[in-house]
Amino acid sequence: MNLSLTLTINGKRREIVLDDPRVTLLDLLRERLDLTGSKKGCDRGQCGACTILVHGQRINSCLALAISYDGASITTIEGLADGDALHPVQQAFIDHDGFQCGFCTPGQIMSAVGLIAEAQAGEDAERVREAMSGNICRCGAYKGITEAVLDAQAKISAGKERDAA
Amino acid sequence: MNLFEYVRPSSIAEAVAAAGEPGSAYLGAGTNLLDLMKGGVTRPSRLVDLTHLPDLNGIETLPDGSARIGALVKNSALAHDPDFAKRFPVVAEALLAGASAQLRNAATVGGNLMQRTRCSYFNDPASACNKREPGTGCDALGGENRSHAVLGWSDHCIAVHPSDFCVPLAALGAIVEIAGAGGQREVPLTDFHRLPGDTPDRETVLEAGEMIVAVRLPADAAAFADHQRYLKVRERTSYAFALASAAAALKIENGTIVEARLALGGVATKPWRAKAAEALLAGAAPGKQVFEKAAEAAFAEARPSGDNGYKIELGKRVVARVLAMAAAGTPDRMPALPASPFAPIPEGVVNV
Repeated sequence: MNLSLTLTINGKRREIVLDDPRVTLLDLLRERLDLTGSKKGCDRGQCGACTILVHGQRINSCLALAISYDGASITTIEGLADGDALHPVQQAFIDHDGFQCGFCTPGQIMSAVGLIAEAQAGEDAERVREAMSGNICRCGAYKGITEAVLDAQAKISAGKERDAA
Repeated sequence: MNLFEYVRPSSIAEAVAAAGEPGSAYLGAGTNLLDLMKGGVTRPSRLVDLTHLPDLNGIETLPDGSARIGALVKNSALAHDPDFAKRFPVVAEALLAGASAQLRNAATVGGNLMQRTRCSYFNDPASACNKREPGTGCDALGGENRSHAVLGWSDHCIAVHPSDFCVPLAALGAIVEIAGAGGQREVPLTDFHRLPGDTPDRETVLEAGEMIVAVRLPADAAAFADHQRYLKVRERTSYAFALASAAAALKIENGTIVEARLALGGVATKPWRAKAAEALLAGAAPGKQVFEKAAEAAFAEARPSGDNGYKIELGKRVVARVLAMAAAGTPDRMPALPASPFAPIPEGVVNV
């Protein structure tokens, strides 16, 4: 059984050989590639703490068999900041107290980045909450999370308009 | 999770041959399958990965006007395809009422049809379950069964089919395209899933090695686009399975319902088309009274399988209300809370 795969992770191409077909993307990132930002909460697709982007789209990495994603381009929380400059969504979570304990935060932020790229929610807080329902926060920081997503979205869109002008 | 052999076929013929071996399972996104494997509920000895196959990713309109959706199309891609969502808005609404954004981005159309029940006894290998292990009995009978089926159940299994997507597909007469060792065949979605009877382990009509290649919506289904809605009642507003749901599509001309389509979710052992209710609606003027009559007809054969008698009353109210919502017209934009009873209801719809 050939268990070698190629992934582009946070812009860097990686050739990986697995010794076991059961490895999920989450376990590959955390246990074998030392990218421990993505968190293992439930490991069953219910909490969203493991959310990453595959080809720019948010998915639960705990329910993704790594070998099946051969050829994929992946973004994790480690790939968002530009050096010391935080991604607008990261900054907005700080500005709006979008967390307490922080365990769910990488997943929340990756989910928010995916949500903003989907461009379905607009400025409607109800749509943002609905679109973030796959990310559970047991500290209950939902109010700050929603505000952070809306604020980050506004700043990203203002930045795009500036760039276009 | 048990160890398995991983196979990545490069054609449908190769896939079908590889999956014909006993113990094989097809892998789409795996959002349900991997979860079941982690719990030891299913233990396939071989996974045949379909995700690298070409030509199963398209959403196309065929010359006769029908829509053909490849088996590997993601739930979110289908729900947000502007042309598709315009012609079949109830399908988009049902898709967006299911799971979470992350799961919809991964989960496939074919996989949705193949998803397994969320019955907690099926999902617990320590419990007796005729579906998981034929002949062991059913711990859901006499157990915690408030979420179980009131339609289509047997003394061997009372588990609910969990899909939202399949409900409008059943209502709109979708066709499932299947490939197997003997070539291709087609089955109406309403015949694709089997009633549990005394073989609840056999959930679909697929034979060993057969796979779904596409789902088709016939051209005449698009004639209902102006009046169709999905309504889903669940224990929380988002990211939960249905306790009762319904998809309604009406063709209204000059104030009269010319043709009606209705299917139920969350209450039956398979996606449940309510043809008796459809017949009652045809020729009637839309109104509360006829909607309530249709709801009675839809649940005429329902009976509790345990502590779930409430689902019959709840299901009737869902049907009457979704018909009123459909009669009021398909919204211009997808509601902020798709299929939710808590979304603002359209003008002219009274609570039922």
